[in-house]
Amino acid sequence: MGYTLNFSAVWRSFDQLLWGLGLSLGLAFVAIAIGCVIGLVTAFGLLSKQAFLRRLAQVYVTIIRNTPILVLVLFTFFAMPQMGIRLGKIESFVATLSIYSGAYLAEVFRGGLLAVPNGLKEAGLAIGLTQAQIRSSIVIPLMLRNVLPSLSSTMISLFKDTSLAAAIAVPELTFEARKINVESFRVIETWMVTSMLYVATCSVLAALLRRLEKRMSIPR
Amino acid sequence: MTGNLLEIRDLHKRYGDVEVLKGVDCTMAQGDVISIIGSSGSGKTTMLRCINMLEEFQGGSIRIDGEDIGYETVGGTRRRKKEKEIARQRAMTGMAFQQFNLFPHMSAAENVMLGLVKVKKMNRDEARGVAEKWLDRVGLAERRDRFPGQLSGGQQQRVAIARAIAMNPKLMLFDEVTSALDPELVNEVLQVIKDLARDGMSMLLVTHEMRFAYEVSSRVIFMNQGRIGEEGNPREMFLKPQTERLAEFLKTSTFN
Amino acid sequence: MELVAFLETLWLARIPILKGIGVTVSISLLAILVGTVLGIGVGLALTYGKGPVRWLVRGYTDFIRGTPVLVLVLASYYVLGTVGIDLGPFQAGVLALAVFCSSHVGEIVRGALQSIPKGQTEAAKAIGLTFPQTFAYVLGPQALRQVLPAWVNTAAEMVKASTLLSIIGVAELLLRTQELISRTFMSLEFYLFAGFLYFVINYGIERFGKYVERKTSIPS
Repeated sequence: MGYTLNFSAVWRSFDQLLWGLGLSLGLAFVAIAIGCVIGLVTAFGLLSKQAFLRRLAQVYVTIIRNTPILVLVLFTFFAMPQMGIRLGKIESFVATLSIYSGAYLAEVFRGGLLAVPNGLKEAGLAIGLTQAQIRSSIVIPLMLRNVLPSLSSTMISLFKDTSLAAAIAVPELTFEARKINVESFRVIETWMVTSMLYVATCSVLAALLRRLEKRMSIPR
Repeated sequence: MTGNLLEIRDLHKRYGDVEVLKGVDCTMAQGDVISIIGSSGSGKTTMLRCINMLEEFQGGSIRIDGEDIGYETVGGTRRRKKEKEIARQRAMTGMAFQQFNLFPHMSAAENVMLGLVKVKKMNRDEARGVAEKWLDRVGLAERRDRFPGQLSGGQQQRVAIARAIAMNPKLMLFDEVTSALDPELVNEVLQVIKDLARDGMSMLLVTHEMRFAYEVSSRVIFMNQGRIGEEGNPREMFLKPQTERLAEFLKTSTFN
Repeated sequence: MELVAFLETLWLARIPILKGIGVTVSISLLAILVGTVLGIGVGLALTYGKGPVRWLVRGYTDFIRGTPVLVLVLASYYVLGTVGIDLGPFQAGVLALAVFCSSHVGEIVRGALQSIPKGQTEAAKAIGLTFPQTFAYVLGPQALRQVLPAWVNTAAEMVKASTLLSIIGVAELLLRTQELISRTFMSLEFYLFAGFLYFVINYGIERFGKYVERKTSIPS
């Protein structure tokens, strides 16, 4: 085989990889935050009694969920300028990932909202709360607790999707890895380390989210 | 060889460090109907499940019609029999479970037929005939093509009993078969068991239904903390318990 | 957007587009097939494997699932050539997707098998069935019904993931679309068209899945 493992090239460029990882996390954080807002609104839309809002939400979710994310990323960056919307690489990717996240998070939130018993909303009405107050003090907090496990796994999945930014030359982790790979020819080492960085980050994120779950859980 | 149907000698079983069966002996002849009573944790269900090797046991022996179940001693060492052998031995007994455990993706008739076709190697038509006969026996002839999800608890348990009996076992094992049923459904199952007893089926029942145990059994075994506490004729045992423990137990159970 | 001009261009470009669709379909089918077969093995190992085997397979699935698909594709493409296994980008890409698919299918299979109540195995034992018989007639059929929805979902994911192979130069639908765009500059039109095609394929898979679910459901 004649290939000896030599991590020195990767080690030298390790800080590049870390910067890339930092950018990946940053992209994920912003996109997921925006996505949560979009997702929550969409979830209420999916459960709305008004057919028009429901349809709108369903169309949004169905289109996004059935389209490959790479197509969405390329569309936003390359095709939208033709419609007059010209965004920089990073803004374009964050916008795409936000809209993408919104559709998936909407499904998660919808499930969580459905699991909140109707009786609680009625109890809220009975003590004179408005719909908005019921939503913010009762429904959403309970829904969040219901939904944390699926939310965690969806968020971690979305973090991995930041790798798609490499397709439009955003210098996140995957892009940096490919650069190092091409420059150093140390293929096995590069990809092993990159993969391990992703796996480690996902594990840490999962552990943090589990901690959050425990903190937020209702004492029994 | 004494020609007994079932012989349990000095049965020992451990779960990790905890000894659950501490040397149980039991003999049973053909046609016997024995009820096993006792509080939870007494080992009664465990003992039943050792008989058809759903549980392993570390000491003692179980023999059905003279055949050693599960383990054999070869040249001085105790060895577990081969899986295929154990599967064959399991077919000598039939078991009905508390949770019925019917196969949900098969109709009632198919549930009964599965063992007949795959273990007894009957052809499908023959198996169907046997299945229909036994489903009729338990009063469910018209429901033979229904699926478990479409049947009530009592009906499901009767199908489960038919499934076990259709295999023509030497010995029937009933593991608290009415405990998971709504009260109004209990009687239909007990009636089936009574009929089987009357027809001479050899049975071991773990049960909480004291009145039933009293009416149907030729013998009652009271288990206490992994050992047999008291054993005898139901009339004597229930009306004149010899041991403290049994007296205590009977006080807390639903017997008039 | 000039609809007529676009339709004319589309007609002229029908051959490469059809070829692209063909490649996309073959990537997806191969990845799903190989991935499912591997995945069933993984699932069985995770459920019934003894110590070291289960441990190894667990490590494999955790590693694969913590890595973005794009990284798997790139790694496969770059590493295999170096190690002496001379696969073209198509094979390397399909291999990466199949491996990714297997980790998902493995989890799904494990989940389904472990959710079957122990009583089912006990009842099967009680009537004298051996383990292979128990698996074939009792456990398998129940697990199969349970994995179906999630498996269909995974299959759709594979179709979407096939787009990633465009990044390593495989001439599937997305790459063909990009080639056409570079020649005609009809960026918006062709990206929308590609998105539409993918949507139709995925939506079709979703509908098909629901149909199969209905057909195989147990009456209750």
